[in-house]
Amino acid sequence: MDKQALRNRIVKRVAEELKPGSLVNLGIGMPTLVANHVSDDMGILFQSENGMIGIGRDAVTDDNLDVDITNAGGQPVSTVPEVSYFDSSLSFAIIRGGHVDSTVLGALEVDAEGNLANWIIPGKMVPGMGGAMDLVTGAKQVIIAMEHCNKNGEPKILQRCNLPLTAKGQVNLIVTEMAVIEVTENGLLLTEIAVDTTVEQVIKATGAELKIASDLKTFGEIE
Amino acid sequence: MQLKPIISPEQAVEKIKPNDRVMIGGFMATGSPLNVINHLVDLGTGELNIICTDTGYADKGIGQLISSKQAKSVKASHIGLNPETGRQMNTGELEVELIPQGTLAERIRCGGAGMGGFLTKTGLGTMVEEGKQKVTVEGEEYLLELPLTADVALVKASIVDKAGNCIFNKTTKNFNPLMATAAQLVIVEAEQVVEVGDVEADRFTLPGTFVDFIVAV
Repeated sequence: MDKQALRNRIVKRVAEELKPGSLVNLGIGMPTLVANHVSDDMGILFQSENGMIGIGRDAVTDDNLDVDITNAGGQPVSTVPEVSYFDSSLSFAIIRGGHVDSTVLGALEVDAEGNLANWIIPGKMVPGMGGAMDLVTGAKQVIIAMEHCNKNGEPKILQRCNLPLTAKGQVNLIVTEMAVIEVTENGLLLTEIAVDTTVEQVIKATGAELKIASDLKTFGEIE
Repeated sequence: MQLKPIISPEQAVEKIKPNDRVMIGGFMATGSPLNVINHLVDLGTGELNIICTDTGYADKGIGQLISSKQAKSVKASHIGLNPETGRQMNTGELEVELIPQGTLAERIRCGGAGMGGFLTKTGLGTMVEEGKQKVTVEGEEYLLELPLTADVALVKASIVDKAGNCIFNKTTKNFNPLMATAAQLVIVEAEQVVEVGDVEADRFTLPGTFVDFIVAV
């Protein structure tokens, strides 16, 4: 499976989790692609923590470019008609105050207690947490969208995170190209596996104990 | 009528001294006072303690101050898109404190609003809580975060009238109106300067009372 197909499968599955009429914040990178799989009639609004609600899905062209409208990655974006803008204080009041229904973020590591590490690899990579700590703490639903293993083929889903945490016990759902995993009070529950994998393969690629849902489903039909 | 002095970018940057704590508005250079930053790079003041949400790009915005080694410390939430910040941090040339973005915004708001700090769950159970007081309110644990102020704030506004009232277009708002409340000296780079009365007063979101100097570009 090439990288793009794999990412498409992940973000398409994540999009199914989003509720009609909700407010959603998508992290930089793969999570931004989730918006491509949300239909307009769902009435979902996307927030960007630098100060807007209502990022559009239209590509930015010379015709609609406005240099005063950028997303949290600093890239120009289009807008929906009901867009609104605000400063960083109000933006994080929205985030910390529990007004964001779902946030979708990537992860370096995520663990059986719903802990997330995605902002620092000490001594190697120190991008900073940006708004991630506030988002993960404040959003009602935290969805991790990531590849199941790191580039060395090692599990990113662990019993306990090794890297410094972004937040403790806040992750609700993990979606990878192999599996959909819920974080429950009793640990990780495998609820879906991809059509091209097996439970054994998922267990092998996971560094934490997995309970298997009695009604295990499949996802990621190959188009 | 209370009007604010309009100065050149050259005059503006002369007001900034080594060791000053300098808040700079903008988010990945959107809404940053790029003209004033360029002149600060040219003047080469150095030894600045910069407070900003991110260090932008190596060649645009706040990142230029890092690349030209004008900073001795940076408080920011994100430095990942400017590799030079990380490099100087690793070699020990630059002291970097990473602060969650919402916490940074609220610390600045507290600094400008005369608040002694605020309580947040952001950072609990992470490196961010190290050395901070934890406070339990009605059974819920929070971190106490303290106010942040500065000697100088360099902000950018889209429209400024001659009394200093500011409008910040769309996503150029970000940290600009907050920082303007939290510094001793506030310099606003104006994309457009208008006469008092030219813009309906109701549209201004930052009162001119916070502004000391207007830089017309």
